[in-house]
Amino acid sequence: MPKLTVKSATLLVLAVLIAVTPFFFPSGYYYRVGALIFVNGLAVTGIVILTGYAGQISLGHAGFAGIGGYACALAPEYLGLHPALAMVLGAAVSAVLAYLVGRPILRLKGYYLAVATLGFGILVSMVLNNERDLTGGPDGIAVPELGLRGVLKDWGLNLSNGQFWYFFCGIVLLLGAWIALNLYQSPTGRALRALHGSEVASGTVGIDVARVKLQAFVISAVYASVAGSLVALQNKFITPDVAGFMHSIEMVTMAVLGGAGSVLGAVFGAGILTLLPQALTVLAEYEQLVLGLVMMLVMIFLREGLLPSILRRLRGRGE
Amino acid sequence: MTLLSVEGLGIAFGGIKAVHDVSFRVEPGEIVSVIGPNGAGKTTLFNMISGVYRPGAGRVLLEGEDVTGMAPFRLAQRGMSRTFQNLQIFQNMTVLENAIAGFHLQERGTVLADLFNLPSSRRRARQAEAGARELLARVGLERAADREAASLSYGSLKRLEIARALAMRPRVLLLDEPAAGCNAVETEEIDHLIAEVAASGVAILLVEHDMKMVMRISNHIVVLDHGEKIAEGAPAEVSRNPAVIAAYLGTEEAADADG
Repeated sequence: MPKLTVKSATLLVLAVLIAVTPFFFPSGYYYRVGALIFVNGLAVTGIVILTGYAGQISLGHAGFAGIGGYACALAPEYLGLHPALAMVLGAAVSAVLAYLVGRPILRLKGYYLAVATLGFGILVSMVLNNERDLTGGPDGIAVPELGLRGVLKDWGLNLSNGQFWYFFCGIVLLLGAWIALNLYQSPTGRALRALHGSEVASGTVGIDVARVKLQAFVISAVYASVAGSLVALQNKFITPDVAGFMHSIEMVTMAVLGGAGSVLGAVFGAGILTLLPQALTVLAEYEQLVLGLVMMLVMIFLREGLLPSILRRLRGRGE
Repeated sequence: MTLLSVEGLGIAFGGIKAVHDVSFRVEPGEIVSVIGPNGAGKTTLFNMISGVYRPGAGRVLLEGEDVTGMAPFRLAQRGMSRTFQNLQIFQNMTVLENAIAGFHLQERGTVLADLFNLPSSRRRARQAEAGARELLARVGLERAADREAASLSYGSLKRLEIARALAMRPRVLLLDEPAAGCNAVETEEIDHLIAEVAASGVAILLVEHDMKMVMRISNHIVVLDHGEKIAEGAPAEVSRNPAVIAAYLGTEEAADADG
């Protein structure tokens, strides 16, 4: 039974956080920050599956976020799709691309995935920057309205734009967390964690290591893609930065900072790294410096990531 | 039908023949031990049979099918399982999860069912867990089920690895020094376990340094020295074989000289 409680406890904590924090918002602006945290948390949950469960590192996941984001801008215009369907299309394209990119690479051991995904991310970013006619280039492109807020209004639920995106992203995050937690305890998730523990032993129990790695890669690409779509739809605008190298690094850093092994840790990491730069703006040009220092300290003293380390300390004190 | 047959297996590393022209067979229910001084090529032989190394020469047949150099996971699907001399435990998982991992081939289903926690996924996981608990009881680890695998003693990890290998219901089981680092009582327990598994019709190939154990439980012994088979036969024959005695005493003298 303890497994069940980890899952339901995580979902409960998340749900309560999403529901209760707005009461402490000093202004409407914080709904935006909250929504951004949830979207980042969603992308990082995908990284948890890839890195935390399966032990593989990708440095190009922003590429999938870019595909998800631009799908919402381009598919409605050129294919006449509803933005919601565009999001699904983006996720499907990301999944197929992840499969094609991952298939040859994931047969190899070592850091080939990190290097190849790095290349993939840069490639996507270059295409988005240079195909001006299609993507608008570095200036970005407009994204149509999702339209769900209007539907809710017709049903009598009148939310401000900020409120709507806060709760919508929160719900999507909950869904993503639920799926990731399902996976953790499932046969597939066990196989992922097994190959993280020992690829040699995984082979001897019949796990097709290359195949399982590929599954994790595709799943995490879909998470990044959906997160990219949500950013685009919320801002009604998107620039190639969403697919940039820094964004990829940010995702991995959030996961590692919070604790790559746990979904709650990932959201925690996303929260801190989304908030910290806002808090550090007072430091002006030293912001990056302090940010780097904080990360180094965490990696040196709390190697499992913030949340697992804190929980361990608390538990240790209780015993 | 012969379950496992090894024909003229050989491999060289950088021009040095680590194993050369080794042949033998293992029948269902039989325990065949590979012995030999340190560095004789026992583990290399194991690694070739279990697909970790691709042999340079010879063939490995599993129930008549040529499986030479096949990836370990494919061999597992065909009923071959193994343990490792230097332990390959999933250190990031609990004892129970390690044992459940052994049920991978029986519990795996579609990824979508796992992502959405569908009843089929839960049922498979439940069945695997029940089977794993049973196996842990069989190797005396049922009370450690929820502990982190990394926290177990060496002897317990050895037994956990055997439990995980048994979870696959293998028809051929390769055990690389299952009793190494275990005390006398634990060794005897492992003894019984191996004999029991063999009695159920599994073909067992064993590498072990504990000669008393080898003599006690083996049906057939293959002796390696410098990568070549120098003798084989029933335990009593092998222990009287002058070449075998010379190989063992010879290396011990060499070992003294090295030290």
